[in-house]
Amino acid sequence: MRTIGYIIQKEFIQIFRDKTMLPIIIIMPFVQLIVLVYAATFEMKQIDMVVVDQDLSTTSRQLISKFQGSPFFVLEGNTFSMDEAEDMIKSDKADIVMVIPNDFQKKLMSGETSAIQLIVNAINATAAGLTNAYSSYVIADFNKNILTENINFIQPIQTRSIDVSYSYWYNPELNYKIYMLPGILVILVTIIGAFLAALNIVREKEMGTIEQINVTPIQKYQFITGKLLPFWIIAMAEFAFGLTLGKLLFDIPIVGNLGLLFGFAGVYLLVALSLGLLISTMASNQQQVMFIMFFFLLTFILMSGIFTPVESMPDWAQKVNIINPFAYFMRVIRMVLLKGSGFSDISYEFYSLLIYASLIFSLAVWRYRKTA
Amino acid sequence: MPDFSIDIQNLSKTFGPVKALDDVSFQVEKSEIFGLIGPDGSGKTSLFRILTSLLLPDSGMATMEGYDVVKSYKIIRQITGYMPGRFSLYYDLTVEENLAFFATIFGTTIKENYDLIKDIYIQIEPFKNRRAGNLSGGMKQKLALSCALIHKPKVLVLDEPTTGVDAVSRKEFWEMLKKLKQQDITIIVSTPYMDEASLCDHVALIQKGKILSIETPANIRNAFSHPLYKIAYPDMYRLLTTLRTFSEAVSAHRFGDSIHVALKTRTGEKEVRSFLEEQGLKDVALEPVRPNIEDCFMDLMNDTHD
Repeated sequence: MRTIGYIIQKEFIQIFRDKTMLPIIIIMPFVQLIVLVYAATFEMKQIDMVVVDQDLSTTSRQLISKFQGSPFFVLEGNTFSMDEAEDMIKSDKADIVMVIPNDFQKKLMSGETSAIQLIVNAINATAAGLTNAYSSYVIADFNKNILTENINFIQPIQTRSIDVSYSYWYNPELNYKIYMLPGILVILVTIIGAFLAALNIVREKEMGTIEQINVTPIQKYQFITGKLLPFWIIAMAEFAFGLTLGKLLFDIPIVGNLGLLFGFAGVYLLVALSLGLLISTMASNQQQVMFIMFFFLLTFILMSGIFTPVESMPDWAQKVNIINPFAYFMRVIRMVLLKGSGFSDISYEFYSLLIYASLIFSLAVWRYRKTA
Repeated sequence: MPDFSIDIQNLSKTFGPVKALDDVSFQVEKSEIFGLIGPDGSGKTSLFRILTSLLLPDSGMATMEGYDVVKSYKIIRQITGYMPGRFSLYYDLTVEENLAFFATIFGTTIKENYDLIKDIYIQIEPFKNRRAGNLSGGMKQKLALSCALIHKPKVLVLDEPTTGVDAVSRKEFWEMLKKLKQQDITIIVSTPYMDEASLCDHVALIQKGKILSIETPANIRNAFSHPLYKIAYPDMYRLLTTLRTFSEAVSAHRFGDSIHVALKTRTGEKEVRSFLEEQGLKDVALEPVRPNIEDCFMDLMNDTHD
């Protein structure tokens, strides 16, 4: 124990003496939380629309003003030429083109169905989906009014329809920041913890200091533990720091138990840091570590469900996520923070990560060779 | 069984096509300074890494103080002090922090073994709050030696400890080694400097993973069987090329401002002079010289080439 204590002490001296390390640890949460939370949003604020109104009737104008009244749409242009409308999509000036045919009002008035055409720029599939959903919503709303107006006018009977009302649980205003922030927090602590730990051992290899350590009677588990704990402490502090920033800057809800969240974060970081250490016991220089870490981080982050729900991924991808520590924490941090889940709700994730942590840690200890 | 500190039997190690160690066997007596002399890539470092349990041999065995370096590696690490060829202490820790760190890892304290390192440490103590990375070469080496000694090892393994160190520090360093020897510490040291070899109790010449000879420095020089002359001439290059065409010369090597030429037995000063005059080299300075370790080493290397 005394030996481990001394290694930890030594690591902290070195970390605090490093002139670049400390600023990174402190500045990174600010930049990541502030920039990423605002930037990485799926909310559509400005959908540029071009209308090809061949009808020029009262009804068509009503429909257009309906769009103008929506906070999401901006009427970018009005034209009679289809070619011109298409050009605007091609030159990225418009996200959506709405074509209203010249018999639009006539057909509606005579009780027939009229068709309009929507052309959506789908370079960004997610944005296109949202654009389509928003405009369908506007049109459906318009449809309902047309229907009731006309029917009342012709024959006053009661319409029967299902009235749907929504309630968005755990994030009533569908605030995207509240969804993103916990995810970014996960990435933040992982990068700080795992990268620092992984680069550390390999730096000892590059400097040759590991040679001097290897001839001492130090046990392998002592060395790896001594390397893991300092960065675990730093990552936990970073987590607390990031959470505080989130509360102060974005007022993220903290519904669940903080102790539970930190307990889970602790186990998660054991996995992340052990992975980092395992990689660094195998690599021989910092470049290799960077490449391998980058590969794993990128794959794991994109599969973790930070942007896209894991449930909509193909079956095999969900299976791959069994070995993706990000996926566990991503799910749990949102459950605990937003939903207030208790231990029984996250016990599967908790025990899975606990097993995972002991597995990877043992592997790292085993893989660390004092003898070539 | 004789009382050896280090016993090496038929040790071999290959790295791909390179034979780093080729059936090496030798013994080192207790509390002596044993020198390993050889050019770069001759296998010195590989041998030391095997002795300090950092590298596994392909075949053969080695014991230190009776402990097998492979099987009893845990004990080996307790009783060995190793100073790698490259400075391997923490650059960003201070002198004192480095020493305290290694003391703790070995389960001891600076205080406990202060006596052993006192003579060395006292010289760097004024700089104890300076980071190791900011020390001069000589001070770095003293710190490394202190760290290697802090757990009172029985065997000290020093891999080219004086490379890149100034002449004064080198001299001081060897004096320290002599003192340590008196404290019953066996020292095995490698060096590329031939002059340091004469300071060892025994010297092993190693080349291409093979031990060429093991002798006391005096015996190595006595074993030199050729008459040796030191020759100087203003045009050194011409002198050297001319001497190398001399059928009676065994070898000719440049040593600073003169050339050492080893001759076949029974050839003497006269023959050399007349040969050189025939070749148009007049008034050369020529005198017999006692062979130094380097002459012997060159000679041994020539033998293995043939």
